[in-house]
Amino acid sequence: MNKHHRSISILLLWLAPAAFLLLFYFYPLGSIFSLSFSRSQAGFFAPIIEAIKSSIPWRVLGFTFWQAILSTLLTLAIGLPGAYLFGHFNFRGKSLLQALTGIPFLMPTLVVAAAFNALLGPGGWVNIGLMKLLNLNNAPIQFVNTLTAILVAHVFYNTTIVLRTVGDFWSHLDPRINQAARMLGANRWQALRWVVLPLLAPAIAASALLVFIFDFTSFGVILILGGPHFATLEVEIYYQTISLFNLPLAAVLSLLQLACTLGLTVLYTRLIRRLSIPLPLKSTRVTYRRLTTRRSKLAAGVIIFSLLTILIVPLAALSLRSVTRLEPNRGEQTVSSPGLTLDFYRNLWVNSTASISYAPPSTAIIISLGYAITTTVLALLLGFPAALALSRDSTSHLSHAFDALLMLPLGTSAVTLGLGFIVALDKPPLDLRSSLLLVPLAHTLVAFPFVVRNLTPAFRSIQPRIRQAAATLGASPGKVMRYVDIPMIGRSLLVAATFAFTISLGEFGATSLIARPEYPTIPIAIYRLISRPGESNYGQALALSTILMIVAGGAMFIIDRLRIGEIGEF
Amino acid sequence: MKIKILYLMVCLSFVISACGQSAVPSASTGAAQATLLIMTHDSFAASKSVISDFESANNVKVQFLASGDAGTALNKAILSKDNPFADVFYGVDNTFLSRALTEDIFQPYASPLLADIPDEYKLDPQNRALPVDWGDVCLNYDQVYFSQHNVQPPQTLEDLLKPEYKNMLIVENPATSSPGLAFLLATIGHFGTDKYLGYWQGLVANNVLVVNDWETAYYTNFSRWGGDRPIVVSYNSSPAFEVIGSTTPVSEPETGVITSDGSCFRQIEFVGILRGAKNLDLAKKWVDFMLSTTFQEDMPGQMYVFPVNRNAKLNDTFQKFLVIPAHPAYISPDDIAANREAWINAWTDTVLH
Repeated sequence: MNKHHRSISILLLWLAPAAFLLLFYFYPLGSIFSLSFSRSQAGFFAPIIEAIKSSIPWRVLGFTFWQAILSTLLTLAIGLPGAYLFGHFNFRGKSLLQALTGIPFLMPTLVVAAAFNALLGPGGWVNIGLMKLLNLNNAPIQFVNTLTAILVAHVFYNTTIVLRTVGDFWSHLDPRINQAARMLGANRWQALRWVVLPLLAPAIAASALLVFIFDFTSFGVILILGGPHFATLEVEIYYQTISLFNLPLAAVLSLLQLACTLGLTVLYTRLIRRLSIPLPLKSTRVTYRRLTTRRSKLAAGVIIFSLLTILIVPLAALSLRSVTRLEPNRGEQTVSSPGLTLDFYRNLWVNSTASISYAPPSTAIIISLGYAITTTVLALLLGFPAALALSRDSTSHLSHAFDALLMLPLGTSAVTLGLGFIVALDKPPLDLRSSLLLVPLAHTLVAFPFVVRNLTPAFRSIQPRIRQAAATLGASPGKVMRYVDIPMIGRSLLVAATFAFTISLGEFGATSLIARPEYPTIPIAIYRLISRPGESNYGQALALSTILMIVAGGAMFIIDRLRIGEIGEF
Repeated sequence: MKIKILYLMVCLSFVISACGQSAVPSASTGAAQATLLIMTHDSFAASKSVISDFESANNVKVQFLASGDAGTALNKAILSKDNPFADVFYGVDNTFLSRALTEDIFQPYASPLLADIPDEYKLDPQNRALPVDWGDVCLNYDQVYFSQHNVQPPQTLEDLLKPEYKNMLIVENPATSSPGLAFLLATIGHFGTDKYLGYWQGLVANNVLVVNDWETAYYTNFSRWGGDRPIVVSYNSSPAFEVIGSTTPVSEPETGVITSDGSCFRQIEFVGILRGAKNLDLAKKWVDFMLSTTFQEDMPGQMYVFPVNRNAKLNDTFQKFLVIPAHPAYISPDDIAANREAWINAWTDTVLH
């Protein structure tokens, strides 16, 4: 391939992802921004000056960064040992553990709040236990409305990003590199510090960036678990937009959030270019070991225990609550015989009010799965060529620009973009305002950067000479793709698909803005139940959340077992 | 390589053309039947049979577009007013009414059924927004907690300043929660704009707990559902729904409601025909339908709100357990619109800082 030919083929690769982002991201966002600024009576720059003069951005920006940095560091601290475990060892129950640790990522915030409440709330099991144990009258642990709650919830949500992104990359590192370092006299930690960590740096940086952006734009966790004393930019944007309808100021704050995301991403792409080293990736058949030594068993035990405590116990508490009556401690409740019950599950299947917006769980599951599969297909179709283009051309300005831009959807305020959809996509042939496709399109915007972030390091690590060798031996570009690239990145493709799938399955914020009421997803159905008073409604919400966990866990378990041409099959 | 790109482009154009087609939701159902599009907030609900009665009587397909919470839905209606995609908007309440009227999204319609609705609910003299339902935000308390602790439950807002109610109250943040804002408005209506902050200082001294949303206040902190505080800002309807939403037959709700004069705030929700509605006649029929007893009597069980039509009857459970405050606090929609930000900011400075 000559240079000219090559750059054209890279442009062609960008065509579909760029068209998608233009139509469904930049166009709606541009529309809402221009409309917002045009509503300012004092001219275009007035809102910017107003924002700078007011204390809002500075107060909020500081806290937004602070909690995001803390959360990201904590998430890495919990996630990296787990990634080591998943990337190195094969053990009984590994697939199950991996699927379980992925579930928190997709739980709607209201459900997560309910889970932590069941565990750590004033009437949660930990507090009740401590009160009984220590003979206290009041709950000793105050969890909701604290910074701790925010940090714990962020770790709970995002650890799986580190586990999967880093763990997958680690599992393909040639163990001989580490062995060589040890042979040459490095001790365990020196080898880790000077050999393994630099090789892992791109994957760690990629996952840290994703985690940071999620924490930076956090909304539900801050609102529900953090309480009224904490506000991020995203919370402030929501307040300015919905409560005060100050669209110009909201637009300025939205732009500020975007600028931060863009700045971070540019920083990341610069860093990553220095860090990326093409490596001979190995099949996990070669790299995985069994837990044989006492030392490795102990380490694995500690890591698994901490993952279970942080990620699984709250979910278990939630499931347990869904089969328990809410008032087991009340002396007066003799009639309702406190204890275990499956009533909440039974009631889910009863449309007790004959409502038009009722959907049995089976229907909500099918609708959710339909959206999730559409999102996965769309995100892979768009993310695959984008990642390929990024990996084949890491030097041109065009590539740098795209690399930074495609992270923007993650850093965009959901409220702003949701209103942008309404303003922009309102004329045929793009009148999508009541279209069923709107939901998977919105989900794809969030899933797409995940797919690209997971595939690009994998593509980049394929040594060009393997492709060249195949081409020299007569393989067409298509065949090189089919027999070299795809088998070598198979696992990453699955990881990317899992992310896209789970993002869609659990998404609530954007869905609630655009979903049609007769097609409720599981999170939407949960929200409908939990926003109403009464034991049965709350219990049903928890029951449906448990069903969501089972569906999601099952789907991830199945995806984990799929095999797309593993490395080392040639 | 090229094949793959071609494939992608085909996929994308397929997606786009599919979008284009679905832009006309009624296209596949045939020209004979029109589609009436109704934009609402995501709490909207109605009985299947009630809606299908309207559909068959008027040979129309009714499609609802839920658009987020009440404030978000209204903003969407305002931002699309030049090219509205629905015929009717339902769900703007009296705290947002002024915004809807200032932005001029509705056209006037003097429904004949307005004759059956008391004047106290009609807040727009031009009938651009017609009242549909009401619900009161009131303090709820846990009766069992108070009897177990041998304390009399509070009767008025002023009672909450007494030392025996220290550490007992949960309120929602008015900046993020609709009942939270309603309760702040009740205190402003009751104590006046010059004294309400003093009242809130007293509540802070009595260690009021502020959370951001009703779900947390009600299901996490309220002692009725496992929390440790027995007084919460909720709705006058909550006890009745506690009975309805119980898994076991309950004869009496365990939650009481404070209904003293000026302690509650009445939220009234409105419907209006959007300017530029494509099916004007059907839209009018729909508005009439929402004000008719058929729909009005269906609402309480579906949306936990109550009829404005004086001919609509409540069922036995509501007749028995629904507590209606005689004199809720009142603040006009214009005052709310003009002062919302200032009041919330002043409240934030007093209570949160």
